Amino acid sequence: MSARVSLLIRLLAATMLALAGAGNAAALPAAGAVAPDFAAKSDSGRNVRLSELRGQVVLVNFWASWCSPCRQELPLLNKIYARYRAAGFMLLAVNVDDNRKDAEAMLKRLDLRFPTLFDGSKNVSKLYGVDTMPATLVIDRDGRVRYVHRGYYDGYERKYEQQVRELLKE
Amino acid sequence: MRMQLRTLVRALWLALAGLFAAPTRGALLPEDRVDLMYHYYNGGGTRVDGPALLVRKGIGERVSAYASYFVDNVSCASIDVVTTASPFKEKRQEYGGGVDYLYRNSTVGLSVQRSNEPDYVSSTVGATVAHEVFDGLTTISLGYNQSRAEVGKAHTDFSDHANRYQYKLGVSQVVTKSLLMNLNYETILEDGYLQSPYRSARLLGLSVPEVYPRTRDSHAVAFGMIQGLGSSDGQLRSSGYLRYRYFWDTWSIRAQTVELGYGTRLDERWLVEPRLRHYKQSAASFYADDFTTQMVFMARDRELSDFSNNALGVKASYLLFNNRFRLSRAALNFDYEFIRYHYNNFTDVRTGQLYEYKANVFQVFLSGWF
Amino acid sequence: MKQRGTLVVVAAICLGGCATGPWVKPYERGWLADPLMSVSRDPLSDKYLQHVHDVREGARGATVAEGGGCGCN
Repeated sequence: MSARVSLLIRLLAATMLALAGAGNAAALPAAGAVAPDFAAKSDSGRNVRLSELRGQVVLVNFWASWCSPCRQELPLLNKIYARYRAAGFMLLAVNVDDNRKDAEAMLKRLDLRFPTLFDGSKNVSKLYGVDTMPATLVIDRDGRVRYVHRGYYDGYERKYEQQVRELLKE
Repeated sequence: MRMQLRTLVRALWLALAGLFAAPTRGALLPEDRVDLMYHYYNGGGTRVDGPALLVRKGIGERVSAYASYFVDNVSCASIDVVTTASPFKEKRQEYGGGVDYLYRNSTVGLSVQRSNEPDYVSSTVGATVAHEVFDGLTTISLGYNQSRAEVGKAHTDFSDHANRYQYKLGVSQVVTKSLLMNLNYETILEDGYLQSPYRSARLLGLSVPEVYPRTRDSHAVAFGMIQGLGSSDGQLRSSGYLRYRYFWDTWSIRAQTVELGYGTRLDERWLVEPRLRHYKQSAASFYADDFTTQMVFMARDRELSDFSNNALGVKASYLLFNNRFRLSRAALNFDYEFIRYHYNNFTDVRTGQLYEYKANVFQVFLSGWF
Repeated sequence: MKQRGTLVVVAAICLGGCATGPWVKPYERGWLADPLMSVSRDPLSDKYLQHVHDVREGARGATVAEGGGCGCN
């Protein structure tokens, strides 16, 4: 192989190694951990604080308008919300768009029945160490994270429903 | 060279296979879209125009397929043609199609393409693999293309063929949330009849047939970067890109290409992108404007000469609407490019001066996303 | 010899990168999805322009789009 190509590959490797070293290993809370408390403004204008929802089962979903699996997943959560709301279930969709307008345009298209919280400043995302988009956490009545889902694949919404039902029985 | 390249490709494949990716859905298939275009080129006595169509549609969550159709209506009175023959018209049609399959963080693609002209028919098949690593910040891609062309000469029995094998390797890296870099390498190995049956060379001022080698190995390495520049209310408003490519082959041609572009949103509907391109190459070892003695290989194709070109272009996209007629978005686009070619050792035999010419390239196309 | 050295370096990046986390967090990748940050925003248009250049130049390859086809003599 030509010396030039070999040198170029080496330069790229060195750059990438250097950049890789700059990362840190933040991650979503593990099952059993207390869900970190946070407050954020919702699309209805009210401030919502997680700790005020103690006693209810809460599903927190992190999404963005530019995240295609997120857009697929969100409308599917409408059903779970409608079915279990009365039994003490709350769904908070945390949006991480830099531009509020992008999020609002997407909300109009998706027609969601549950509240969306705006986390443009990424404070909540950082607090939770969100390491995938989308990320879903199911929190029990005592405020502990019980299930963590990274990404969205076909059928995840059925898992969420199973887990919510199970936690509502506690 | 070929053996070493194959070893490298195999080694990289093993390295990729050794990685285990967390089940993150980082990789995405290309968007569903349809593009309908009219293109027009006019320069150096040649006029080429025609329609082009591209349709891409996802099938389910994992598969995306595309089909493309492209026509070049050629009206050719280029310098080669007017000085050695007579102006002609012909039509080239190109059909292409492919399918991409997404599995976790990898995308595998297969494609075919066929190009038909009255005296040149080529068929190409290709495969690509792209794999995301490092939580989707790095994408490594490999590509292979194989094509065979049947070359003929109008009004004669002449027939020959040419084979082409292309190997591509690319790495794309997210450096910051607004900076992307990529590095690409491509080698093209050709054998067979690699010249034009219509062109002649000059030996002491007289026309003689061109004779080309029957193999050509070429290499290109390109580096590119895209940097997000301005933003307002958290939305990206502009970006800039820079690309550099270095090319070399076994015909002794060395070429460099530099491209610079800037894209900006003027308002909610208009996106404008001016760009610059500079290209410079040195001549093939068997090229001469006028040979003084007979050589084993002789060419007078200005594409193999010592020349440069500079291009200035601009693309403007106008957002027509969002969410109507089952389309999530539709845009009307205009693109104009002005190119100046300047040859350092190819003479315009009509004037005796070094040849140069200007070209205008124009596109108008409708894009729809669904 | 040089070739083996390069292969080792490439393998090292692949393995080494797995251990550290991403320095651009998943929730910070909005701009990367923006068309302005796309390498090839309009594939058909890019392919056409590449074809216009390829047909008149000696160099080819390592570009964002495949040029395709044979042009005028």
